[in-house]
Amino acid sequence: MSAKADVLARIRTALGPEPAVPEVARSYHAAGSGAAAGDPGVVARFCERAAEYRAAVRRVDGGGLEAAVAAACAERGAVRLAVPTGAPRELPGLELTVDEPPLSPQALDGLDGVLTGCALAIAETGTVVLDGGERSGRRALTLVPDFHVCVVQEHQIHASVPDAVAALAPAVAEARPLTFVSGPSATSDIELERVEGVHGPRELVILVIAG
Amino acid sequence: MTAAGFPTAAREALGDAQLRRNLGKATQTIRVKRLNTIAELDDWEALREAGAAMKANAMARLPELLERLEERVTAAGGTVHWARDGDEANAIVAGIARGHGAEEVIKVKSLASDEIGLNEALAAAGIEAIETDLAELIVQLGDDEQSHILVPAIHRNRAEIAALFERTIASGQSLGLEPAAIAEAARKHLRAKFLSVPVAVSGANFAVAETGTVGVVESEGNGRMCVTLPRVLVTLMGIEKVLAEWRDLEVMLQLLPRSSTAERMNPYTSLWTGVRDGDGPQEFHLVLLDAGRTDVLADAVGRQALHCIRCSACLNVCPVYSRTGGHAYASVYPGPIGAILTPQLQGLDRAPTLPWASSLCGACFEACPVKIDIPTVLVHLRTRVVREVKRDWSAEKLAMDALGRTFASRSRYERAQRLARLGNGPLGRLPGPLSGWTSTREIPHAPAQTFRAWWAARAGGAQDGAAGGAAGGGDGRHSAPGAAGG
Repeated sequence: MSAKADVLARIRTALGPEPAVPEVARSYHAAGSGAAAGDPGVVARFCERAAEYRAAVRRVDGGGLEAAVAAACAERGAVRLAVPTGAPRELPGLELTVDEPPLSPQALDGLDGVLTGCALAIAETGTVVLDGGERSGRRALTLVPDFHVCVVQEHQIHASVPDAVAALAPAVAEARPLTFVSGPSATSDIELERVEGVHGPRELVILVIAG
Repeated sequence: MTAAGFPTAAREALGDAQLRRNLGKATQTIRVKRLNTIAELDDWEALREAGAAMKANAMARLPELLERLEERVTAAGGTVHWARDGDEANAIVAGIARGHGAEEVIKVKSLASDEIGLNEALAAAGIEAIETDLAELIVQLGDDEQSHILVPAIHRNRAEIAALFERTIASGQSLGLEPAAIAEAARKHLRAKFLSVPVAVSGANFAVAETGTVGVVESEGNGRMCVTLPRVLVTLMGIEKVLAEWRDLEVMLQLLPRSSTAERMNPYTSLWTGVRDGDGPQEFHLVLLDAGRTDVLADAVGRQALHCIRCSACLNVCPVYSRTGGHAYASVYPGPIGAILTPQLQGLDRAPTLPWASSLCGACFEACPVKIDIPTVLVHLRTRVVREVKRDWSAEKLAMDALGRTFASRSRYERAQRLARLGNGPLGRLPGPLSGWTSTREIPHAPAQTFRAWWAARAGGAQDGAAGGAAGGGDGRHSAPGAAGG
């Protein structure tokens, strides 16, 4: 008998002939039960909570995005940035390298940072979600560089985790890889206290643009 | 489990003042933070109910869900392997690594791999497994043992960790006591490996049968590195980690981070479905591991241990764990969950003392995000150990048998009550093999008059005889605590 057949047979024996299958009561706050995506209160909560996890959060009106990116990079001293295919190809004062053909991990490691958008964000937890699309880029792009500037549009900000999981269902159905990012890389391994900065980007700047 | 078991190991651990200080500080910090974080959600109890139900639901449908998972992962370009036991799983992983000519693999913390000794098996096959989790690195460099599910080096404080790194990966440097500087040393040490090693091995927190999606929840980014950069990814997962539906994650992604590190969300969660062309590993293997899980499933009371999502909240709230630490359990899974999981996974005879590593206070049950009734399972396993493992003459079995006979007969019971009153003075401690019980507890004094004696004196013999049939059993139970000393 194959290992698969064996394991399945053991499970069926362990469960007995007709195992009771309990219903899952979902009496928690389900998707759609709170405020709508992009609601001013939702946006404010996202900004507050992402900042609590030591992301640098700045709110920008539509016209001020270029200047905000330039300012964040200037503070860090970052000039050479990787960008995914869906990002602008040129920004004043910055050297942008488009991830096409895909940059090697070594090449990414040699750059100052990365500028991307995202799939959506979650206010309750201060999270941005990347989906491997043309705004988010490949997973390696937002992982290897030490400095990540992420642009979030207000309407992309969902109130709760169930709202976000529901909104991500189509991406999962397309087998897209998803990465939930809540603040910069951190560890709780030293005395169970959260400390920023281990292997992922140690600095995360989130630019929230109106509309 | 050592022959002496938990009681001896615990006594040794309690003698280590530094260990108790480190543990006390860390568990106290996390206990307060967890309560604050879960208080933010007014539907926390509803989330726990849903979490418990979806795990029970998945266990009841396990064959169907695992086959569905295999089908979805395969359709998305991955390969699924099944392993009856640890040896079979180890051989599968070693075979894949060898097939790619790998001399090294990078690893993200996987308790299942620790359980089956994967690192040792790979070493025997000439392949070095490089642990990339900061705490695992601390344990590996210090030639030490893990002591916590989530924070395996919780028994070390920052000064000890800095000193260890200064002796090893950061030799010649002075790191100071700033955790960020200590973490930086680990970052530098591992980066070259992340960028060059072709094969990674990971565990999995969840896998969704509906979509074929596998998830790793972490903080440092070493998990993202391992599931993103190498050409080949092998994920080892216990069969109990499967969830039925994608939307089940909306519950688990709230329960897990708040219960484990007391955060609203952990820094990074990676979810992937098979292989993505041009993004991440181009070869993905999922190894589904039994290794005793079906034995656990066969025990209708004990099977809820399989619902565990490895958050470690039960460790942090446990009055026993927070004083002895994890090493005393001599188990990959320490603390209350380890006390019910390890004896069931490995066999009761391999870890017979663990079900007693608890005061049955119930704090673990209250903290568990998927409502595993750990105290009930502990008591159930104690019964099973006494029945199935202990030899016929063990003190406990003799005492329980004697108690059973005493309670079965009214005359024997009343005689025992009189004896207990006699014992009030001289019997401060129980004799012989029962002395273990009284070395840390006092026997309560038996009352001068039992309820039964009082009833007989008050109502007179004739009435007692008339009421005896109906009231006897109830009387016995009510007066038992005072009389029998328990």
